[in-house]
Amino acid sequence: MTTAALSLRRRPAARPGVLGLGVSTLWLSLIVLLPLAAVVVRSTDGGFDTFWNAVTSRQAIAALRFTIGVSLVATVVNVVTGTLIAWVLVRDEFRGKRVVNALIDLPFALPTIVAGLTLLALYGPTSPAGIDVAYTQTAVGLALLFVTLPFVVRSVQPVLIELDREMEEAATSLGASPATVFRRIVLPNLVPAILSGSALAFARAVGEFGSLVLISGNIPFHTQVASVYVFKQLESDNPTGAAAVSVVLLILSLIVLVAIRWLERWRSRHDGA
Amino acid sequence: MTARRGLRVAALGYLALLLIIPVGLVIYRTFEPGLGEVWDSITTPAAISAFWLTLEIAAIAVTINTVMGVITALLLVRGRFSGKWIIEALLDLPFAVSPVVVGLSLVLVYGRGGWLADLPFQVIFSLPGMVLATVFVSLPFVAREVIPVLREVGDEQEQAAATLGASQWQSFWRITLPAIRWGVAYGVILSTARAIGEFGAVSVVSGKVAGETVTLTLLVENRFQNFDLAGAYAASALLALIALATLLVMTLLRPRRDSDA
Repeated sequence: MTTAALSLRRRPAARPGVLGLGVSTLWLSLIVLLPLAAVVVRSTDGGFDTFWNAVTSRQAIAALRFTIGVSLVATVVNVVTGTLIAWVLVRDEFRGKRVVNALIDLPFALPTIVAGLTLLALYGPTSPAGIDVAYTQTAVGLALLFVTLPFVVRSVQPVLIELDREMEEAATSLGASPATVFRRIVLPNLVPAILSGSALAFARAVGEFGSLVLISGNIPFHTQVASVYVFKQLESDNPTGAAAVSVVLLILSLIVLVAIRWLERWRSRHDGA
Repeated sequence: MTARRGLRVAALGYLALLLIIPVGLVIYRTFEPGLGEVWDSITTPAAISAFWLTLEIAAIAVTINTVMGVITALLLVRGRFSGKWIIEALLDLPFAVSPVVVGLSLVLVYGRGGWLADLPFQVIFSLPGMVLATVFVSLPFVAREVIPVLREVGDEQEQAAATLGASQWQSFWRITLPAIRWGVAYGVILSTARAIGEFGAVSVVSGKVAGETVTLTLLVENRFQNFDLAGAYAASALLALIALATLLVMTLLRPRRDSDA
């Protein structure tokens, strides 16, 4: 290659330079970093002791414990039902499949407050089926299942579509039962997708607020979740207490994000091999 | 084949109980009193002002996020600099942060006693705060949709354009943007849906001044708490309609987006 051609190749194509970097960093810092930094700083306003006392107050502990517990339960249910729904949508054929497939995204599109109202209509005091779980821990779990429904399904579906059927056919021809084929061949291929989908679902569940406002009843030590606790603390003019519990939620979000990043790296190395 | 049918029944039954029957029931209850009642309920002055406020906030937030999202996507895919992971992390954080924490964080920065409390205009309990909250929660969508498309299309065409004497600006408008247009469109739809439906973050910073800072989602809560169940259902139906339209557009756009990538 001649030097002229080399210098031509080096001409950047629509590459944002220093200006783009500056604008982007400034924007993200102003919108995301500055406010979150304020939460962290404010939570330790009165020193670490104030922070620790706020986080370990009985009501805060109860709210955090319930939030993490119910989110874990919702995540585990999602692992099973999400994988099942993805499998049915990819491998099964039935009328109306495209409509069902489109409806999976409804919880993403539907405002959370409407989701809460919707569940209250069927599972609340005015339920036509006579099931009233409003203001119980079950109701909180239901709302979390509703809003986190798409994560595992949408994470597993593309992997299942790409999955090579030949291995499964070979196993079947060698006498393996459908259950064995699923457990030994399909499932191992889906594990990374299931894990990243459920990590997203867990993160979403831990921070969920809108769908719980109407349905949880916000009973301290019973159905009060951490996000509603933060809201109430701010309302009763205790921003430091609100910030302290928020920091715990932020740490949880960060852990999940790091886990997802790590999973993605592991997956791409896996796929490359 | 019976096992397969059993799985199908289980999956569809779960979806019916969790999603389809509740949503159907709300739609039924909304229209039970008659179309006229619903129309009256969503054309009260409070509902109309909430509707326009919601659209105004969404329009501002989505425009900002689209422009900045494309710039950030270009930066992350094409740029060569160290510390990329910091930008990526900041971009993903809004997916994982609780909406209430977002609202709280804005109150702590712009509210009474906050770092930027003395701006010449009011932020908290007014439009700028609600826009900031909405920008935060709908921030990653455009960038996250555009990044994989940019990776896929590569930059050969742009280099060819550059060798033929096109300026960076020309090559962006004529080559890059057309190549990523469906990714951008998909990201815009997702951000718009999120912006219109946002409740938690906006609820913290709005102050809920009737006729001024009440969005549609806040109106649903407000009506429900004032025992106006029919009114809450009507406002919800309007939001659900927007959500269904979003789903429809997503379904129509998805093949185009996927053929781009």
